[in-house]
Amino acid sequence: MAAATEQIQTNSKLRFFESRTLRRFVRHRLAITGLVMIVGIGILCVVGPWLLPHDMLDINIRDRFSPPLTDTFIMGTDEMGRDLAARLFMAGRVSLMVGIAAMILSTLIGTVIGLVAGYFGKVTGTVLMRLTDSFLCFPQIFLLLTLAAFLEPNAFMITLIIAVTSWMEVARIVSAEIRSLRERDFITAARISGASHRWIMFRELLPNTIGPIIVAATLTIAKAILLEAYVSFLGYGIQPPMPSWGNMLNNAQQFLDTAPWLAIIPGIAITAAVTSFNFIGDGLRDALDARSDAQ
Amino acid sequence: MARFILHRLGHSLLLLFLVSLIGYTILHLAPGGPLSQYALSPGMTQAELNQIAERMGLNRPIPIQYLDWFTSFLVGDWGESFRDGRPVLSVISGHLFATVLLVVSSSVISIGLGTLVGVLGATRRYSAWDYIATVGAMIALSIPTFWFGLVAIYVFSLQLDWFPSGNMYSIGDESFLDYAHHLVMPSVVLALVSVAIWSRYMRSAMLDVIGQDFVRTARAKGLTGQRVLYRHVVRNALIPMITLAGIQLPMLLSGALVTETVFTWPGIGRLFLDSLGYNDYPVIMGVLMFTAIFVLLGNLIADILVATVDPRVRLE
Repeated sequence: MAAATEQIQTNSKLRFFESRTLRRFVRHRLAITGLVMIVGIGILCVVGPWLLPHDMLDINIRDRFSPPLTDTFIMGTDEMGRDLAARLFMAGRVSLMVGIAAMILSTLIGTVIGLVAGYFGKVTGTVLMRLTDSFLCFPQIFLLLTLAAFLEPNAFMITLIIAVTSWMEVARIVSAEIRSLRERDFITAARISGASHRWIMFRELLPNTIGPIIVAATLTIAKAILLEAYVSFLGYGIQPPMPSWGNMLNNAQQFLDTAPWLAIIPGIAITAAVTSFNFIGDGLRDALDARSDAQ
Repeated sequence: MARFILHRLGHSLLLLFLVSLIGYTILHLAPGGPLSQYALSPGMTQAELNQIAERMGLNRPIPIQYLDWFTSFLVGDWGESFRDGRPVLSVISGHLFATVLLVVSSSVISIGLGTLVGVLGATRRYSAWDYIATVGAMIALSIPTFWFGLVAIYVFSLQLDWFPSGNMYSIGDESFLDYAHHLVMPSVVLALVSVAIWSRYMRSAMLDVIGQDFVRTARAKGLTGQRVLYRHVVRNALIPMITLAGIQLPMLLSGALVTETVFTWPGIGRLFLDSLGYNDYPVIMGVLMFTAIFVLLGNLIADILVATVDPRVRLE
């Protein structure tokens, strides 16, 4: 009987693991809160602009600086009388897209560098990891702004620059994981059976590090959205008329006294989106960590 | 210990070399490279540009140019500002005090408050307080620093009029109290993210230490809970925090740049942004390299401090 149960368990090991992980995630209240929040924000950003009576570029000079809830301007208008809600939702599309695209790109870079560094160790590994360390010496905003000032700032470039300056954490996590996995028996077995380096790296090692990579990737979206906001706020990111959550705040400071909603509302949007990804990341970390069952 | 310090020093010097390579690459990534400033002036011909390139040694092989740049960089010749012709290092040191003042005072806030919140969270694990602190820290990590600054200005300067909305001192009144009055809001705003991180790490470091054998021994030999907590647990939990302080430095400097912008604080971050606006390459590069060295030095000091208080580290 015991042997039979064990047999079933090994056969369905992956599904078993996944369902256990899934169950832990669903039970994680914060993670579910985050998921609901970000899905809500996502739907609003996609559908919102169609539902609103104003286009984000419509200039209504007579209605400039209307506070929230005047007529059909549910979030008020800005210094040119443009509908803040319409701009906020369109900006959300841009900011979320930049965040997600930068995450994909930086996770790719980080994973490849971490994988190569961890697997080959010795000179290659040391050189790559020291390179990672030296990138970490620069405060990220300074590096981002320098690159943004030298290159043409558009959504694609900003995504690229954010990715280029935020792959280091993933690289460190992956290389540490790989270094410990490399010494395990199943890798020795793969090597003895004549598997190529590429096979071992991508078919044996990588699938075993997917958990930490997913967690890091989720947290990277949060960081990338924040970074885009910082750079755009400082005027070196996404350029108007294309709105982003960061550049909507770009000149909000000068109207802080007369139109505080121009500063407050986009900031709440950024905080809400970033918080949801941080909550989800935290939930994923707990769910993928088998030890958390014992607690 | 001497061997340990030498080892860390060597590591830092290697990183400094790599950092300089990255810096030099970025410098040459700039469209037109170091020549771009001259190319902008009216009536400049290609022949004249070539002449300048020759005078600046830009027609030599890249590795030679790099070595030349690096050696003058090492001896403190970081070039002159395009804006006013002053040496880059003296421009930077003119803005250093403001940033150090801001960073130090916000570190005091974040270390004090973060340690307190972390210790309370670990000793009252899974309590309502612990839950609120956990969620609060995650939200605090998600708030853009500049936006928090704007909200603080709106509430505490424009509405309540408790604190000035910017600058480091009032003109005509540069007393200690005046500086302190101006310092409150920017340093609290900058501290927000660090408090969140610090409290999380402190909590988990405490939990790590609480589970160790020497804590059980201390309890077993009859020490009171308070004494075990403060003499044994908190003290040991603070050791990894030294490393964290070093690791957090780049983040703190990034935050300082944004905080300085919102509060018109005359520090390194503002200097950097102004230089970007003027295409002042020597200063941009100078600040970039300066911050990296600042971070390297901070981490080196943190490593040596940890090895001093915790002999176990030296053996590794």
